[in-house]
Amino acid sequence: MKGFAILLALLAATPSLAQDSMPPAPYAYNQLDDPAQEAEARELMESLRCLTCQSQSIADSDAPMAGDMRHQVRSRIASGEHPEHIRGWMMERYGDYISYEPRMSRTTWPLFAVPLLLILVAGIALSRRLRRSKAEPS
Amino acid sequence: MIAEIGLASLWLAAVLALLQLAGGVLAFRTDGTGGENPMGMFIRPAAIVQAFFAACSFVALLYVFAVTDLSVKLVAANSHSAKPMIFKLAGSWGNHEGSMLLWVTVMAFSGALIAALERRLPERMMQATLAAQGFVALGFYAFLLFSSNPFERLEVPAPEGMGLNPLLQDIGLALHPPVLYFGYVGLSVAFSFAVGALLTRQVTPEFARVSRPWVLAAWVCLTMGITAGSYWAYYELGWGGWWFWDPVENASLMPWLAATALLHSISVLAARDALRAWTILLGVIAFSMSMLGTFLVRSGILTSVHAFAVDPERGMFILVLLGIYIGGALLLFGLRAGAVAEGERFAATSREGALVVNNVLLSATLGIVLLGTLYPLLTEAFDVRVSVGPNYFNPVSAIFVLPMLVVMAIGPLLRWRRDRLERVMKPLALLTVIGAVVLAIVALVADIAFLPLVGLALAAILAVASFIPLRRRKLTRVPLATWGMVVAHFGIAVALFGMASESAFSSERLAALEVGETAQAGPWRVTLNGVDPVAGPNWTALEGRLAVRAEDASRTSEPIMMAPQSRTFWAPVQQTTESALATRWNGQLYAVLGNQLDDGRWQLRLWWKPFVTFIWYGGLLIAFGGVLSIIGRVRKDLTRRSVRSRLASRRADERALEAAA
Repeated sequence: MKGFAILLALLAATPSLAQDSMPPAPYAYNQLDDPAQEAEARELMESLRCLTCQSQSIADSDAPMAGDMRHQVRSRIASGEHPEHIRGWMMERYGDYISYEPRMSRTTWPLFAVPLLLILVAGIALSRRLRRSKAEPS
Repeated sequence: MIAEIGLASLWLAAVLALLQLAGGVLAFRTDGTGGENPMGMFIRPAAIVQAFFAACSFVALLYVFAVTDLSVKLVAANSHSAKPMIFKLAGSWGNHEGSMLLWVTVMAFSGALIAALERRLPERMMQATLAAQGFVALGFYAFLLFSSNPFERLEVPAPEGMGLNPLLQDIGLALHPPVLYFGYVGLSVAFSFAVGALLTRQVTPEFARVSRPWVLAAWVCLTMGITAGSYWAYYELGWGGWWFWDPVENASLMPWLAATALLHSISVLAARDALRAWTILLGVIAFSMSMLGTFLVRSGILTSVHAFAVDPERGMFILVLLGIYIGGALLLFGLRAGAVAEGERFAATSREGALVVNNVLLSATLGIVLLGTLYPLLTEAFDVRVSVGPNYFNPVSAIFVLPMLVVMAIGPLLRWRRDRLERVMKPLALLTVIGAVVLAIVALVADIAFLPLVGLALAAILAVASFIPLRRRKLTRVPLATWGMVVAHFGIAVALFGMASESAFSSERLAALEVGETAQAGPWRVTLNGVDPVAGPNWTALEGRLAVRAEDASRTSEPIMMAPQSRTFWAPVQQTTESALATRWNGQLYAVLGNQLDDGRWQLRLWWKPFVTFIWYGGLLIAFGGVLSIIGRVRKDLTRRSVRSRLASRRADERALEAAA
């Protein structure tokens, strides 16, 4: 909890984040005019974590910070930035924790290795079980 | 006084669980030497009386919540005198201690039920089963009595309760956790049966037939619990999301996946005497997953691993219980699995073969969900924080779920034991054509992502495939259990269609409107007629009045009225959004009232979600299929038993006649 509290304190100190009392940033509750861009923004927002909430993406939270981040995402997409570039920027700034789409790294490789292992194990289990039963029909 | 009676009842129930366990152990140990240990006769009565005391305890808890007895710590922390009665009662299990008491009460009840009614299995196996049940219950009683006493008094009664989180003051909450707990507990019964069967080395079709209704009932409850939970999150949280792969959601999904696998494998054991060891293992895994779910949700580990590390008492307690039960059961399985013969053989192309494939794929999916849920907790313990969300779970679980859905369409067409694919060539060709046509049409008409596209095609295939087992059969003579399978499989198709459609075709509209202005959301035109203050029993709210017309309807046509609210609760102080839903056969319009801007306009969030309701219709169909199956199985069992007893009495009559003659 302490680590999390420090993290929150750090985030709160970041200048780009508005205070509760300020009105929400323009693009927090407004969509982009271009539907294609809005769809891009939407997809990205759904995979970024709202850091002040519990298990919510910034796309579905009323927290002020989520609103500010939605504004960030939408205005950057409107200025033509690529979604993955924005994700990278967010991860650099707030850490890997902010992205719901884990990237392969020194700490996350088991998330990708285990599914491969599962495919292998499932394949072996099935082929052994089914072949053996074929070989010895009762 | 009532609280003390509740606590005393809880102690008595715990002692009876101990008696149940001790009786079972003694009876089991001395059985080999000939005479029966007299302790054995206490087991069934102990289970029944235990349920009585557990129920007394739970009723006492309901009472202190109903009268808002603020000298009880739990009531003061979770209730409020001004809450509506239904939420006072629901609040009694909306917290940690109360929910654990509900857990053991339900568990004691199911123990009493098998103790009172179940006479089909060998008595020795029943005793071992009930002893295992007592052993599991004992752990939960200890947990309640030593670290989560729901009846703890305050030295000075609180002047007023702290209230219940307003998000939880909803009829969804009143029903969702108990239903889920019934599911968890049902799996504990299946687990006890599995332990009993292992201990007595009698993994037989009879064992499968006896435990199947429990697995089915547990599975039905889990299905309904998940469906209700998903719908609750959808309308209550105000953002229109119905599944986020949140750890709490996963905690209920994992037992469901295991129970689904168990359900199918136990049917193979009952019908064909195959898959013995695999069924037992799934029984252990299914219960492990319900314990793990309880641990995840109840230990506080999800809020933060660090919070858990600071106050680890409860979490450690459940973790130790988890270790004892799961470790113990796996050890027992390891020791005895060798002695459990594999059972009847079957060919790869057979009903059993398809079920084995589905079982393995379900288990692999379970592995993915387990990994994605636990891995972030693991890294957080080492101070590395990662997030695993839909962008990981959706594609990775699809690796196993998509082939599983394909096999699910084919499996029921195959015969038991041995079959040839050529025999089912015609239906297979039909299904392939249907899938290809849907895929092509949707891909041409709409530009949607890969997974929803495949989802729509598979939904069409499954919807047709689920009814093929009925062809060329006289519908009035089809067994109820088969109807159950058909309905449940069709439910999967319906839910899949809803999920794919929601994620592919939803349209969102965020608008800021002055009173009288109109916004377009999907095919609807939404006019803000006004915003009024309203008041409820423990909240005040602003309520928007929206008039909704189809985009092609005339301006004077009768509109659909919607009234989303933005509520402010005062105990505890919290704002919630109450979304308004307009349900049509082909989808739902979802409206949320936001804040008022400085220029006086009101923020509105509107979604048109085509066919989203099919997700939950599907869930209900799946559960209904399970219910049909239970009724079918139990009825068949009862007729079989009454035929047997009639035969026995006739034979006795004949013998009496012979003796007289």
